[in-house]
This record gives sequence, C-alpha cells and structure tokens, in this order.
Amino acid sequence: MSRMWTVMRKELIHIIRDPRTLGLVIVLPVMMLLLLGYAVANDVEDIPMALVDQSKTDESRRFVERLSVSGFFKVTYVVQSEREVLQLLDEGRVKSGLLIPEEFGRNLSTDESGTTVQFFIDGSNPTVAQTAQLAAETVSQAAAQEILVQRLSRSPLRMELRPPVDARLRFLYNPDMRRMDFMIPGLIAVILQVQTLLLTAFAIVREREQGTLEQLIVTPVKSWELMLGKILPFILVALLNVAMTVAVGYFWFDVKVTGSITLLLILSLLFLLGSLGLGVLISTISRTQMQAMYMASFIMMPSFILAGLLFPRDNMPWPAFMAGYLLPVTYFLEIVRGIMLKGIGVNYLWSSIWPMATFGIVVFFASVFLFHKRL
Amino acid sequence: MSRENAVEVHQLTKKFGSFTAVDQVSFIIPKGEIFGLLGPNGAGKTTTIRMLCGILLPTAGEARVLGFDVARQAEEVKKRIGYMSQKFALYSDLTVFENLDFYAHLYGVPREKYKARLESLIEMAGLRGHEKERTTNLSGAWRQRLALACAIVHEPPMLFLDEPTAGVDPVSRREFWEMIYSLAGQDVSVLATTHYMDEAEFCNVIGMMYDARLIALNGPDSLKSDLRGVLLEVDCESPGQAEKIATGLPGVIEVALHGVLLHVTVEKETHQQTLKDTLASAGITVRRMEPVPPSLEDVFISLVEAESRPRLREEIE
Repeated sequence: MSRMWTVMRKELIHIIRDPRTLGLVIVLPVMMLLLLGYAVANDVEDIPMALVDQSKTDESRRFVERLSVSGFFKVTYVVQSEREVLQLLDEGRVKSGLLIPEEFGRNLSTDESGTTVQFFIDGSNPTVAQTAQLAAETVSQAAAQEILVQRLSRSPLRMELRPPVDARLRFLYNPDMRRMDFMIPGLIAVILQVQTLLLTAFAIVREREQGTLEQLIVTPVKSWELMLGKILPFILVALLNVAMTVAVGYFWFDVKVTGSITLLLILSLLFLLGSLGLGVLISTISRTQMQAMYMASFIMMPSFILAGLLFPRDNMPWPAFMAGYLLPVTYFLEIVRGIMLKGIGVNYLWSSIWPMATFGIVVFFASVFLFHKRL
Repeated sequence: MSRENAVEVHQLTKKFGSFTAVDQVSFIIPKGEIFGLLGPNGAGKTTTIRMLCGILLPTAGEARVLGFDVARQAEEVKKRIGYMSQKFALYSDLTVFENLDFYAHLYGVPREKYKARLESLIEMAGLRGHEKERTTNLSGAWRQRLALACAIVHEPPMLFLDEPTAGVDPVSRREFWEMIYSLAGQDVSVLATTHYMDEAEFCNVIGMMYDARLIALNGPDSLKSDLRGVLLEVDCESPGQAEKIATGLPGVIEVALHGVLLHVTVEKETHQQTLKDTLASAGITVRRMEPVPPSLEDVFISLVEAESRPRLREEIE
C-alpha cells in the first residue's frame, strides 16, 4: 500500500515539474469547451434570406415582418426577380429566398380568392433546411389564420371564430429548447473522455521507452500498486477539469446544474477511474508511445459520434448502437445530462451508473492482469 | 543449492524465436565474490543478467539466486537483489534525493533505518551537496554512482550490474570498482558485465561469453596461465607484413596486431629464434622481441579463435 503512495508521489512530481504541460492540461479543456460549445450549441436562427416583393403592399410588408420577427429569417438581400434569388442561392450568399407575387395584396384585400407565396430553401445542410422549412410553414399558417379571422369578422355573419383544436405544449426540462443546455453537458463528458485517455495513455509506455520500466520491475512493487499509483494523480487533475468545465458552462454559457453538484462530482470520480484505467490499459499493451497514441485516438473518435453527443443513439443501426455501450462516456453522457438538465438522482440514473462502474472495475483489473513484471 | 553460493546457473538458455541469445550457460558465484561476465556486445551478457533478475523468462535450464528459482520465484528474487541496468535508469526530472527516496520506499526500507541509510549512500556516492540537483544535470559518472546507490538502497546481498561503467571516464571507473570492492568486503556478491577487458581484472572469477555461449570460466590469473604457449611481444618494422609472415610459421599458434606492436603466441620458447630469423630474412628489422605476460584481451582473442575455427570449418563443410 505504501508503495502505491510512493508511485503516486513520484507521478505528481513529474506533473508539477513540467509546468508548461500542466498549464496545457488545465487550460485546454476549457478552451475546447468554449470553442466547441459555440460551434455545436448554437440554435439555427437568422437564416439569410433574399426577398422579392412584387406586391409592395401593406399586406406583403406585414407578411415579411412576421418572418423577421420569428427570428428564424433575416432579409439580407432585396432583389427584383426570381432569377436573382436563385443566383444568390447558387453563390451561397443566402440560404433561403421568398418571392411575393404582384397579386398578393390585391387578392387578399378582395376577400374572395387565395394567393400564393414562393419559398426557396437551400437543402444542402439538412439542419438549416429543416428549420427553415418548419419556420416558413408555421409563419405562413399563422398569417393565413389571422387573415381568415379578420375576413370573417368583417363579414355580415360576424360569428365568433375559434380554432376547433387548441394544442398546448409543455416542455419538461429545458423549457426554452436551448441547444446549449443540451450540448454543453454532453461536451463536458466527451472532453473529459479525451482528456483522461490522453493523460494516462503514456503512463507506462513512456517508462518503457525511457528504460526506467526495467528498473521498476526488478523492485518488489506489485502491479496493482503501480497501476493505481499511476492513475490517482491524474484523478486530481481531471477532477479539476470537471470543476472548471462545469463552471465555464455555468458562467459563460448560462447552463445551470439543476441536480446535485455533489452527485455530479461523485459520479465523475467513478467515470474518471474507468476512463483513466482505460488509458493505462492502452499504455500497458503498447510497446511505443506511437502505438499508444494511435489506440487512444481510435477510442476518441467513436466517443464523439457513438456516445450520443451529436446524434441521438436511438436512431442508430444496432451495431453502432451496441458499440456505444462499450464506451464509458456513453453512460457518463446520460448521467451528466440527467443531473445538469433534468436534475434527477441516483435511482433514475442507476441504469447508467452500474455499467459505468463495472466498466471501470473490469478495465482496472485487466490492466493489472495484463501488466507483467517481465520484459 | 549450497549455502555457500549466491548464484547457481545450470544450462541456462534463452531463445527469441529462432535466435539463441544465451546457449546452455552454467556457472556458480560463491557468496561474497565478484563475478565478471566478459564479452563483446551481443554475446548474451545482458540477456543472462535479465534472466537472473527475474524479468526475463528462461527458455530452458535453471537458475537460482540466493536459493530462489528465477522462473518460479521471481518476486522473492527481486526483493533480495540490487540491479543496475545499462542506461542508469534514473528519473531525470527528479532530484538526486527524490530518486533515492523513491527506490528506498519501493524496496520498503524500514522507517528507523531510512534516514541513516540515505545519508550514508549520499556520502558513498560523493553526492553530498547535490541532493537537490535534478538528475538530468548530472555528469555520467555521477549518474552512475547515483544509480548504484539506488540499486543498493535496501542493502541487497546480491548485486547485478549491467555494463556499469559504460560512458564513464577512466578515473571514475576505477573509483567505481573500489566501491564494488568495498561492497564485496561486506559480503555482497556481485555479478557485473563489461566489455572492458581491463576491468575484468577486478573480478574474482571471469566468465567469458562469446556468441551466446560461455567459452571460459576461471580466475583472471588462471585464465592467463592456461593460455597455451608463450606470448611474444614484437616491435618491428612494417608489423602488418610481419603478421602475414608469422602466421604461416610452424610452432606459431596465434598472431594479433596490438597497435604498432605484434603479439605472437608460439608453442615453445625455442620458436622465438625461428621467428626472429624468418623476419630478418624477409628484410624486416626486429627492434625488440621478448616474452610478456598475457593480458585478458590476449586470452579472449585466443579463446575466440579456438572457438570459431572449428565452427567455421563446420559451416564450410
């Protein structure tokens, strides 16, 4: 046991003696969260739009205003013809276009006939296109409804009009539908995964390359003492990372921790044990730092895609879905989102907690078992 | 296993695939003796030492260190031995004291002994005043002495040194061997590998390794006296040409160039005159020719020649 503390103390000295690396290790995850946070967490809004208003009436102006007020569209070009709109779309200057025909205002004011407006949407980015489509339809329908009500109220029948079905929506968790609140906790989990893997991936293999491992394995130190001694100092570093990223989420991105911060820290600790253990395992079975680096990156890539950070896991084909279960970050992602977003406790998170704990234990014993005190 | 022997090695063999690194090596190191494993790079010295330290599994044969089998009781062996590997494997970002402290704890030096032990090691290694210096700034000789101090921090009765003097200046090398001597005086058994022939003179027993095999095993003086014939040192003109002439002569066992001098081993003292006459008739002036005591290098060359000649013949046939 005392030998474990000895190894741990030695590793801590390595960390502290290299202030430049220590600085990077502490600052980079925060920088990464800031950068990636903005990149993935922004809602689609202010889609640039080219406008052709051939009607030039109050009605047409009111319609355009509705679109702008919705926040989804922003008129950036006002042109004269459909051809110009298409050209702007081709050049990528706008993502959407709107053509209001000359008869628009006239048809509406004569009360009798309907009219049409033509939307153009750049479909190359599905996320933007879907948002634009939904926004265009919703805004147009609302406008149509309002006009209908106005017409009927002006008619001799003068009846009170009310839509027959009034759908009321209530969003539980994240009521404002902010992508930030969903993405930032996920990013924190994935950044931690990358961080922990890199921290320990070189733990053993570096000593192997330096030649100190040979000197180490002729001592009576036991495998588990060595492994645990290598992991523990990095738990401190990684816990600091947890605290800092959550703080940045709170103060910068305004993402609150709805649930218990203590629980979040305890479960982070559990995740870190398994994840750092995975790094040590990689280090144990690698012969060179190059090999370790390579193996680590092949765990990091799937962490971004398969763990459910960017894409919902439920829609994945089953091989990809099952592969996600092999990554500790998949469970941790559920846990972090659960605590930060929904504020739920252990009883609801249990289905994620036990696989993550099992994973940590298996990985740790595997690295102890696979590490032979021989060359 | 006799109580008198620190190490007993019997038919020890290590193969890496089809390559045989150590081939049926057998020897014994009595307690308190300094055993030198001598031989060129790649002869199998390091592989042998690694097997004895319990960090490399033998392919065949048996070895016992302090009574423990190196294959089955490796951890028992490790507790009781000190090992200094080829590269002076110290942590370069740790200070002198921190390196010592690290190994002292790993080897479980008892608390009550700890302070006195570290003090005396720092004294012995001549590192007083440099305790807080980082190892990376130390010279080769200091690193070597610190590595030795780390290896013996737990006062092991058996010490393995793999090329302990590589890359160290001659004066420091001598000082280092004096330390080893004083350890042997305290009943520590030592196995050291080296390819410096002059260093082997410090050992009680020498095992000469060549091409994975132990080709000689004896005390340095016995090895020299066992050398067949008489060694003549010849100082003459154009020694290169003289070497060619001498090689074919009857009664000449061996000819080797030593710088500008020629070392000729002849069967009997009487062959000296024949050699002198032959060289003279070839027009080579001999300034000096006299019998000299052989060095270990002469012994080694002669043994290697004797070893490789029949093998070469085998291969040709």
